[in-house]
Amino acid sequence: MSSGITRATLAKDLRLEWRSKDAINSMLFFALLVVVIFSFSFDPTAEESRRIAGGLVWVAFLFAAVVALNQTWARELRNQVLDAYRVSPAPANSLFLAKALGNFIFVTVLEALMTPLFMVFYNLRALGPAYQLLIVAALGTWALVVNGTFFAAMSVRTRSREIMLPLLLFPVSIPALLAMVEATSSILTGEFSARFWIVLLAAYDVVFTVASLFLFELVLQAE
Amino acid sequence: MKRAFPILAVLTAALLSYGLYAALIVAPTERTMGDVQRIFYYHVPSAWTAFTLFFLNLVASIVYLIRRNPKADALALAAAEVGVVFCTVVLVTGPIWARPVWGIWWTWDLRLTLTLVLWLIYVSYLMLRRFSSSGQTPVMAAVLAIFGALDVPLVYFSIWFFRTQHPQPVIGGGGSIDPRMWQVLMINWAAFSCFAGLVCWSRYHLEVVSREVEETQALESLLEAGSSR
Repeated sequence: MSSGITRATLAKDLRLEWRSKDAINSMLFFALLVVVIFSFSFDPTAEESRRIAGGLVWVAFLFAAVVALNQTWARELRNQVLDAYRVSPAPANSLFLAKALGNFIFVTVLEALMTPLFMVFYNLRALGPAYQLLIVAALGTWALVVNGTFFAAMSVRTRSREIMLPLLLFPVSIPALLAMVEATSSILTGEFSARFWIVLLAAYDVVFTVASLFLFELVLQAE
Repeated sequence: MKRAFPILAVLTAALLSYGLYAALIVAPTERTMGDVQRIFYYHVPSAWTAFTLFFLNLVASIVYLIRRNPKADALALAAAEVGVVFCTVVLVTGPIWARPVWGIWWTWDLRLTLTLVLWLIYVSYLMLRRFSSSGQTPVMAAVLAIFGALDVPLVYFSIWFFRTQHPQPVIGGGGSIDPRMWQVLMINWAAFSCFAGLVCWSRYHLEVVSREVEETQALESLLEAGSSR
């Protein structure tokens, strides 16, 4: 691993995104649509919405994140940048880390912008310890993004790129998604402690970050 | 090896038919559940066979990543395909048994959910194999198999906690099993394992042969292009 390469790639991706705003715009509009559609298809009371909001928020973020994740590597196919990465002596896992961090930043920005909207539409107020929501958000976003970035590198090499990513990502993400939803609901309703779910999310993050860093070289160099 | 195939086939056919006879006639009727419990002799051996095949797929995938032996990849593919079929049998026979006994088709119980998630992971594995271009498929599929295996304990713990927090479903408690039932179960398990091995073996051979054919065809078209120039 080399932190210089990670930093350079991350800076390049952030600059690209800052100038084009492709990923963030499509994600934001997509998430907004999901919020609006959910909001009038359920039309819940405050008490109900507290119980279902955890699920709605994370499903919306998951779908929106897929939009950004699909662009991670697709962007590098133009002008054969991906091939250039493969022949360069730069370690593959520092490249992966840069991409995952970039996606983490994009999805976090999305969440920061969408959460107030969710609170307005669903009339939400946490009854449990609200600061834990920040921990859940950070761990949950990393869980989605680390596997998402990894599987996006796989799906970009298949025939039907855009469709393949959710097909690979969703089954493996089931425990993380369950943990995020349950933790968020526990905090919002204040009925249960979210501690177990936070520990599970942390374990999920550690396991898949390590696995991705070890196995990314194989995926990048697969011929 | 080729001569062993018909012997194994005959053995499997005999075991399967005896297993069916034993499950329907020999095994005693369960006291509370009645005859519907006999689905147990198909449900449980299918589950064990499916899990064995998924494990075989994981081992073959790891071997492939280390040795880069295309035969290990063909074995991984065969095991995954046959495993998904047996897992589907489990997921279909489960609700048929659950409905009259528990009163519900499905519940988010630990074992049920774990089986369903495994099935989903392996279906996505087969989709990946189908949609990726041939050269990269083995490596990517093997990596996905490892990710799936890492996911299993996490799914286990998440569902375990999910269920201890929520009301427990109506599930037959531990209890002991009649030795005759146990015997029938074991016969059926042996029959299903033989059957799975047989199918897996033919699928593996088919895969190896079809790859050889593809290679030969590619080589021939190359040679033709070379000679016509």
